[in-house]
Amino acid sequence: MKTGRETGDVAVGLLRSVSREGMPIRDAVLRFIPAGKAIYLLPAALFFFSLFFGRYMMDPVETFRILTVGTANAFLDSASSLLSTLTGHQVLLPSFEQTWGASEETVVFRIRLPRVIAAMLVGGGLSIAGASFQGLFKNPLVSPDILGVSAGAGFGAAIGILLSGNPMVIQISAFFFGILAVAVAYGIGRTVGKSSTLVLVLGGIIVGSLFSAFISLTKYVADPYDTLPAIVFWLMGSLSAVANADIAAVAPPILLGSICLFLVRWRINLLAAGEEEARALGVDTKKMTALLVIASTIVTASAVCISGIIGWVGLVVPHIGRMLVGPDFRKLIPVSAVLGASFLLVVDDIARTLTAAEIPLGILTALIGAPFFAYLLTRKKVGWIS
Amino acid sequence: MILNVNNASFSYDGITKQFEDISFSLGRGEILSLLGRNGTGKSTLIKCILSILRLQGGKVEIGGRRVADMRPEEIAQQVGYVPQTHHAVFPFTALDFVLMGRAPHIATFAVPKEEDYEKAEAAFARIGITPLREKCISEMSGGESQMVMIARALAQEPSLLILDEPTSHLDIGNQTKTMATIDRLAADGIAILMCTHFPDHAFLVSHTVAILEKGRLIAQGRAEDVITKENLREAYGVDICVHYIEEAGRTVCIPISPCGCRGREATTPANRHGAMIASPLAEGETNGFR
Repeated sequence: MKTGRETGDVAVGLLRSVSREGMPIRDAVLRFIPAGKAIYLLPAALFFFSLFFGRYMMDPVETFRILTVGTANAFLDSASSLLSTLTGHQVLLPSFEQTWGASEETVVFRIRLPRVIAAMLVGGGLSIAGASFQGLFKNPLVSPDILGVSAGAGFGAAIGILLSGNPMVIQISAFFFGILAVAVAYGIGRTVGKSSTLVLVLGGIIVGSLFSAFISLTKYVADPYDTLPAIVFWLMGSLSAVANADIAAVAPPILLGSICLFLVRWRINLLAAGEEEARALGVDTKKMTALLVIASTIVTASAVCISGIIGWVGLVVPHIGRMLVGPDFRKLIPVSAVLGASFLLVVDDIARTLTAAEIPLGILTALIGAPFFAYLLTRKKVGWIS
Repeated sequence: MILNVNNASFSYDGITKQFEDISFSLGRGEILSLLGRNGTGKSTLIKCILSILRLQGGKVEIGGRRVADMRPEEIAQQVGYVPQTHHAVFPFTALDFVLMGRAPHIATFAVPKEEDYEKAEAAFARIGITPLREKCISEMSGGESQMVMIARALAQEPSLLILDEPTSHLDIGNQTKTMATIDRLAADGIAILMCTHFPDHAFLVSHTVAILEKGRLIAQGRAEDVITKENLREAYGVDICVHYIEEAGRTVCIPISPCGCRGREATTPANRHGAMIASPLAEGETNGFR
């Protein structure tokens, strides 16, 4: 079992591996990884690391075996039953020998795997949405909740906690209100008429503060010994309760929205150059804005409804991406996804191992991310701060 | 005719007309300079031609088709637009920026291909700014970013190029170079419509000049016929002398006795108490900017 001290060392080591003494971060990265391609291997490596790393330490080789052989067996099992129903006879495909105990299997497949996948989906999704919104609103200080999706989802979750407490209800309610908040913000933007994104941001601010007030109201009426802590913890974000069923529910919308944003990634450049210029270059800015808002909101709302509110990731990961590959959204969108997934994975590993109790993610993302970002800022001249 | 504007009128609020009864046309390789004071509707007219704003009356045709019936990318394939300035938020390289000009030729879900890169490079070469390719637009001087914006418009492969005050924030050298570039593009057959605050420049390059004042074209025709003392006074509200300078080999426009300025003599010690100080404002009212 790892102690907190060792975990801290791991975090420092991760920082070190990104940048070496006295070398600009981009050069350092490019030296180790030709053409910056290998950054795409980072989440894969962290994915595997996160499966065996934890308070219940597992042997990496054993974990690898459980993962591959276990997956193969599960596949063979389902193939057997499928063949059985198809042919009407009992078909039993051979399966690999199981060399591990039930508890290990539970740790890998039931506890860590859903959590690891959730961290990657949420981190990657929030980062893609953040990068897209920064382009759409032509402002590097924008985060995915600029249109009120987090406040809306927070209120939805709070209502769900107050009225039912059933995790399913809480998630659905959070998702619904997250989408509703953005829809209202977008509606305000459209009603004012001008297609300007400024009005859209104002709409988001209005809706965001409205739903923040609603959240406070639900906290005020909540039972201080029971539902109030639940609301507070939900608002701080955590992946501890994520189960396989949750992944199955949110993975499709997150992936779908992300793929959508990935496909239009070059067009985001045009929007980032300015609305009028984009129009003159033949972009239907109204449609494009709607597309970006809808895709980003679906991604963010789906992420937030299983994780609670996790700030910072969607704001800062795109910046780190920009330091690595420059402002071109063609590269920035995929790199943001990869970095966001890796970042939240690391943070979540720390959240579940640092102390015996879970540390809320919303606290850690800033606690780890803010100094890291400050460090990067001092290391490299950043293009948008001249 | 590449561009045809017919009885165009526009109003933001539906009551006060920004401009009305505007008609002109522009053929291959022709340059039309649009003059007029600040706020008279030149930029609005440009936005209507680009179909960013919708005309209240009349029509704009590009290559024989009404812009109101064209999709945005169809218009952008025909018309390149060079804005007055670019406000750079993200530090794109010039190459990425010029590549944006390929947008009307690239499908919504696609990214630029090899061919688009070649066209972008060609646009750089065409106006002789290839060395700027890798430079960030956020680090460029006004002259450089102006050239890069022209290159982006050229990457669209337009038959009509619209420039909104291409020289208003450039130094005197870059102004001349920009004018020379515009002249060369016209020689290649591109129709050019530009707004400008420098009547001089109209003499340098224009085939025709139009003056927009109080929402109407008060004069339109050859530069020599349109840029006269009378028309300029009506347009700008000050007296302007139009004079051919032998030494420069061109006609220039110089404001006469600028309202309220004391001039060089007044500021030299000998003339400090001279009559120039008390020089009256035009029509005795205000020298406020209109």
